[in-house]
Amino acid sequence: MVAPHVDVSNDEHAELLACRSLVTLRINGRETKLTIAPWTTLLDLLREHLDLTGTKKGCDNGQCGACTVLVDGTRINACLTLAVTKDGSEVTTIEGLSAGDQLHPVQKAFIERDAFQCGYCTPGQICSIVGLLREGRAKTTRDVRELMSGNICRCGAYANIVAAIEDVLTEASHTPDGEREP
Amino acid sequence: MRAHVASYDLVQPGSLREVLTLLAREPGVYRPLAGGTDVMVVYAGGKLAHTKFVDVHGLRELRGIVVTDDAVTLGALTTYTDVQAEPTLGREFPMMGQAASETGGWAIQNRGTLGGNIANASPAADSPPALLAYDASVELTSTRGARWVSYATYHTGYKTTVRAEDELVTRVRIPRIAPGAQGSRVHMFRKVGPRKAQAISKVSFAACVDVDGTRITSARVALGGVAPVVLRVVATEGALVGADVTTLDVAAIGATLSREVTPIDDIRSTARYRRRVAENLFVELTRKLKAHVGLGSQAR
Ligand SMILES: Cc1cc2nc3c(=O)[nH]c(=O)nc-3n(C[C@H](O)[C@H](O)[C@H](O)COP(=O)(O)OP(=O)(O)OC[C@H]3O[C@@H](n4cnc5c(N)ncnc54)[C@H](O)[C@@H]3O)c2cc1C
Ligand code: FES
Ligand code: FES
Repeated sequence: MVAPHVDVSNDEHAELLACRSLVTLRINGRETKLTIAPWTTLLDLLREHLDLTGTKKGCDNGQCGACTVLVDGTRINACLTLAVTKDGSEVTTIEGLSAGDQLHPVQKAFIERDAFQCGYCTPGQICSIVGLLREGRAKTTRDVRELMSGNICRCGAYANIVAAIEDVLTEASHTPDGEREP
Repeated sequence: MRAHVASYDLVQPGSLREVLTLLAREPGVYRPLAGGTDVMVVYAGGKLAHTKFVDVHGLRELRGIVVTDDAVTLGALTTYTDVQAEPTLGREFPMMGQAASETGGWAIQNRGTLGGNIANASPAADSPPALLAYDASVELTSTRGARWVSYATYHTGYKTTVRAEDELVTRVRIPRIAPGAQGSRVHMFRKVGPRKAQAISKVSFAACVDVDGTRITSARVALGGVAPVVLRVVATEGALVGADVTTLDVAAIGATLSREVTPIDDIRSTARYRRRVAENLFVELTRKLKAHVGLGSQAR
């Protein structure tokens, strides 16, 4: 058996058109309602339906992490996630991290540490790091490396990515906010 | 080639009962979708032949880990991250956490489920050897009722299992050692792949061996990637049980193991390499057992 491709008969087509779902998401603070085919990935919804192309498509099957976004604060691979399964959720992409011209601390650290070359993996790396910080599990360099495994950088900017993460972790532990963490 | 998005359907009933009713009404028409980490890969590759799915990821009934005196019971939607965070598993069943920590990267560990791993029935999956070594059982549930099957009898052939099309994997149960059990336990898990993270195993190995003094009282040894199913090497286990660790005939028992595995050549590796690795991992186990009884006698 092979998977169905675009050629469908008229009858089938009518049936397919009926097979659409309404999804409501809060994307970067803005409520967004869309009617989509249920097997639309969150990645395609962002890039193709909303032109939010900051989130990248690398492998489209969960191997590279280029599509990492935050859903209700948790980092996920948008390519492995069907948008309808996240109905009602809050989605944050790279476009939603800064407050106007005020960059997110992770974005600043990336610039200071020059944590990229081509930049293709960068939006996914940054969203993944924001999720990692929220998880609160990364204490050592080894933890950072282990818990970022899944965000591949084909340019190999890993050393500077890790340095940027450590800058943010150190900064967080010096702020009054960070000191309250265990 | 990418799949045609509009050809695929997904329904999202709110409860386990509704999902089971749907599966019972038209067995085989709808298939479960849990974390999607297996299904989405096939879909993205344009090779997902089945088009109708039912979302089970939202079912609260399939979540949670319950620890009782006699067992640890894991809901089918337990993720690899959940497994790593469960203290009783960490203490008594360390190979579960080891297998989980070597399954994919953070995204797969946060999203992939144990139920999906079991239902997908890949012979190269990583948690199944550990589940076999710990003598786990799997609960299968349909509108006809729930039944527990020993995980050792669950796989029937390459990607075939005893699960009927109207059944869901609902829970996985790992029996705890009876309090007051004699002796001590050796656990050994190894995943051998092209690299440490984000790679499917060529061979995986899990062994749980109980020793009393220097005598082996029970042994369960399981491998992935060396047969059409994740395999318990029962003849090897038989040769270990009752033997004395200090006088083990490693070569003879290793030869038994080598006869039990039936690896093949495929995109990930060759039969020859896999057989050799399986033999070597067995030798590593015997070394570990020897070190264990050596240290054990010193401690006493
Ligand atoms: C990048 C990447 C790396 C990976 N690395 C590893 C690895 O190192 N080791 C490894 O073992 N696996 C690995 N996998 C495979 C996959 O992540 C696991 O098999 C995972 O546990 C599947 O669970 P899921 O919930 O995502 O399954 P899904 O994709 O949702 O489902 C898989 C199959 O199981 C069925 N199913 C799901 N839940 C149930 C249920 N409760 N009852 C009945 N049927 C059900 C579905 O119908 C489908 O056929 C990897 C996958 C990716 C994308
Ligand atoms: S595009 Fe999603 S992980 Fe590669
Ligand atoms: S900067 Fe090029 S892939 Fe990471």
